[in-house]
Amino acid sequence: MDYVKLINCMRCGMCLPHCPTYKETFLETASPRGRVALVRKFQEGELVQSEKFLEYVSLCLDCQACASACPCGVNAGELVAEFRCERKKEQGLSMMEDLILRKLVPHPDRLETATAPLRLYQKSGMQKVVRSLGLLKMFPDALGRMEGLLPALPSAPLRQTISEVTSAVGKEKGTVGFFLGCVMSLIFSEASIATVRLLSELGYKVITPKAQKCCGAPNMLGHDMEGLKEAARFNTELFGSYDLDFVVTDCGGCGAELKKYGHHLDGDAKASSFSAKVRDISEILATEAVAFKGKLKPLPLKVTYHDPCHISHCQGIRSQPRALISLIPGIDFRELAEADACCGSAGTYNIEKPQMSDRVLSRKVENVRKTGAQYLVTGNPGCLLQLKKGLSEAEPQVKVIHLTELLAMSMNA
Amino acid sequence: MEDNFIKALAEIVGPDHTLSDPESLACYGYDSTPELQSRPGVVLLPGTTEEISRVLTLCNGAGVRVTPRGSGTNLSGGSISFDAGVVLQTSRMNRIVEIDEENLTATVETGVITSTLHREVEARGLFYPPDPGSMNISTMGGNVAENSGGLRGLKYGVTDDYVMGLKTVLADGEILKTGGKVVKDVAGYNLNHLLVSSEGTLGIFSEITVKLIPKPQAKKTMLVHFPQLEQAALTVSHIIAARIIPATLEFLDRVTIKCVEDYAHVGLPLDVDAVLLIEVDGHPAQVEEDAAGIRAICERHGCSFFQTAATPEEALKLATARRVALSALARMRPTTILEDATVPRSCIAPMVKLIQDTAKKYDLLIGTFGHAGDGNLHPTCLTDERNPDEIARAHRAFGEIFEATIAMGGTITGEHGVGVAKKKYLPKLVGESGLRVMRGIKGAFDPRGILNPGKIF
Repeated sequence: MDYVKLINCMRCGMCLPHCPTYKETFLETASPRGRVALVRKFQEGELVQSEKFLEYVSLCLDCQACASACPCGVNAGELVAEFRCERKKEQGLSMMEDLILRKLVPHPDRLETATAPLRLYQKSGMQKVVRSLGLLKMFPDALGRMEGLLPALPSAPLRQTISEVTSAVGKEKGTVGFFLGCVMSLIFSEASIATVRLLSELGYKVITPKAQKCCGAPNMLGHDMEGLKEAARFNTELFGSYDLDFVVTDCGGCGAELKKYGHHLDGDAKASSFSAKVRDISEILATEAVAFKGKLKPLPLKVTYHDPCHISHCQGIRSQPRALISLIPGIDFRELAEADACCGSAGTYNIEKPQMSDRVLSRKVENVRKTGAQYLVTGNPGCLLQLKKGLSEAEPQVKVIHLTELLAMSMNA
Repeated sequence: MEDNFIKALAEIVGPDHTLSDPESLACYGYDSTPELQSRPGVVLLPGTTEEISRVLTLCNGAGVRVTPRGSGTNLSGGSISFDAGVVLQTSRMNRIVEIDEENLTATVETGVITSTLHREVEARGLFYPPDPGSMNISTMGGNVAENSGGLRGLKYGVTDDYVMGLKTVLADGEILKTGGKVVKDVAGYNLNHLLVSSEGTLGIFSEITVKLIPKPQAKKTMLVHFPQLEQAALTVSHIIAARIIPATLEFLDRVTIKCVEDYAHVGLPLDVDAVLLIEVDGHPAQVEEDAAGIRAICERHGCSFFQTAATPEEALKLATARRVALSALARMRPTTILEDATVPRSCIAPMVKLIQDTAKKYDLLIGTFGHAGDGNLHPTCLTDERNPDEIARAHRAFGEIFEATIAMGGTITGEHGVGVAKKKYLPKLVGESGLRVMRGIKGAFDPRGILNPGKIF
């Protein structure tokens, strides 16, 4: 790790009020400033990797709210992740990590087969039986939490049913490649169907290469840099074989990772030019606001918006989703307090650190409740899962949907 | 620190709020002060006044030293324990006890974040003016202990001007109540004002009552460029001489302007010596009149550019240059030494000139920005802690800058406190008699010297 990145932290504390885990604990060790200090002191040989050390470092959500707040451009979340990647490289992947990160995640067909029992589990009515009998109490906590996060699944993954080419409605103004995230395909296919439709309505030909693989974000979460680089090389090559104006995604997590391919592959020219073409769906739609406005019909709804970390802190996109929501006639948009604070989903954090995740989520749910909104809109599948779970328990009247679903709703109204 | 003593402390504040693992101690060995670090023996996060009191009784009896800490944004090493004592973090005590709209006061627990209080009172049409740069994380207890200032000091004063009442835990654990909600109170020594800026050496605040004022109805923001430093300085003096007191009167020098422009691309010209950000607030008619008066004065002194914000968004844009000044500077080099030399406002031009000459003399990069209206400047030295020679030159340069400050009738610290960082300059400023009185006061409050030892003098 580059030592200068660590000593650039001037310990001013500007990150503290933005860090979800600091706000919950008030502990310096649970703050970005503290984490940078821990990693630095480890590098300097003043601290060793004790159990406590790893516990403190792993409490980071990697939401990168600290990076948005830092006056000197230090990204504590990224530094912690980098540190953990380096340690992982020394230790090697465990058998389970190798199985999931190398043998399962990069192969969409295997991923789809592996999740087939879940679809069956819901369709057959088993889920109802399990939930009503409280059978989950018999399983390990983590499994119970995963089950609780699971919303109704589509009958088939979207990757299997989507057509590779969707032509533009009216005069064609360009061609975009659609990067279909794994979780979007497996769980939130309705939203991605809406995304493709919106793009085509605006005059884009949409190509969804069926061969595309996971963006590599799970590898990053598992601190498996090699797996991530492999994904980056593959997708760069694949999308590079088409003549595309943009590569669009409706998954905040994928978008953040895709935009960093150039960085991950050490400035490789092809990967950098791929990354430069990547857009979150809200970025593309916001530039078409004038054309778009005519297609939207009134929706008299109270709506609020949660900024996914991967969209706000990692990609710097904040105004576009709000502007798009406000384009809908009759909408009553209500700003959410601490809108860009993490919801506690953070990849697999909600399964690994359930207690802290729940505390962070409760704060979010309380802020949503205060807005009085009927719909909570967001743009990342991890947040959708987490917020659906949190709100279905505490505020069941609030519906949680993807931005493109709301916009499609307005077009259909 | 002995395990048994830590155990006894944990019985008071709870084991979850008692930290003694090496990782925690390492993370509580610093605050925002560059270069200074030292691990405490234990860290406590009490939840009540009662708990603070019991901790201090125990420590006083055992002669164990205690350093209070809010969010650890101190810039003079004030919240670091240099003798492996107790660091007592007050963040958990973060309740706003009361906002009294009839008496226009707010009573808060010591760990309330300054900007949280701002939000709560402003939602009621009220105003708590002190706005230190760290207000989004600094605690009210820390603000009182350091007598924090901010951008609005010129018109509205500093923390001390708003403290009406304090609940303070003394070294032996006794609880002292001073002041209250009354505007007039001449019963005995004014202990409130003695405790403000005591830097944790006289007692630990647990509850604070501050004065509130009505929120100004209107505000106008202006950005002005000056080709020469002297023109900007004269403008500042003449604005005040014209009986106009802006809420904000901020200044950026040439080095800062260049860094800001490189970083934020806000359209600042690189051939000017000074930029002023001016804000007036108050009754709409008064604001209009003041803004017109300021414009005339700026033009008379040869400004090369004058812009008034037409909307709140535009005002925010104009203020960007000042808002990002520290960021823009801090990014230049790994280590940022931020000082707060303060001179009478009439000495701004010679002071800035002297800072620039000193930087040249010691071959250092120093950008200066700050509160021109109240003479409180932030010469910011951009350096690298891995270069001991450069660090030594920086210290020599600041030594000369502080000497000049004192000679001009100014002070070595306007808002960061003496702590340990400025200790060696204090005797020159206050003299032997000043130190003797301060030591006497310290002895009266804390005979065993357990509260934040080694700070101030």
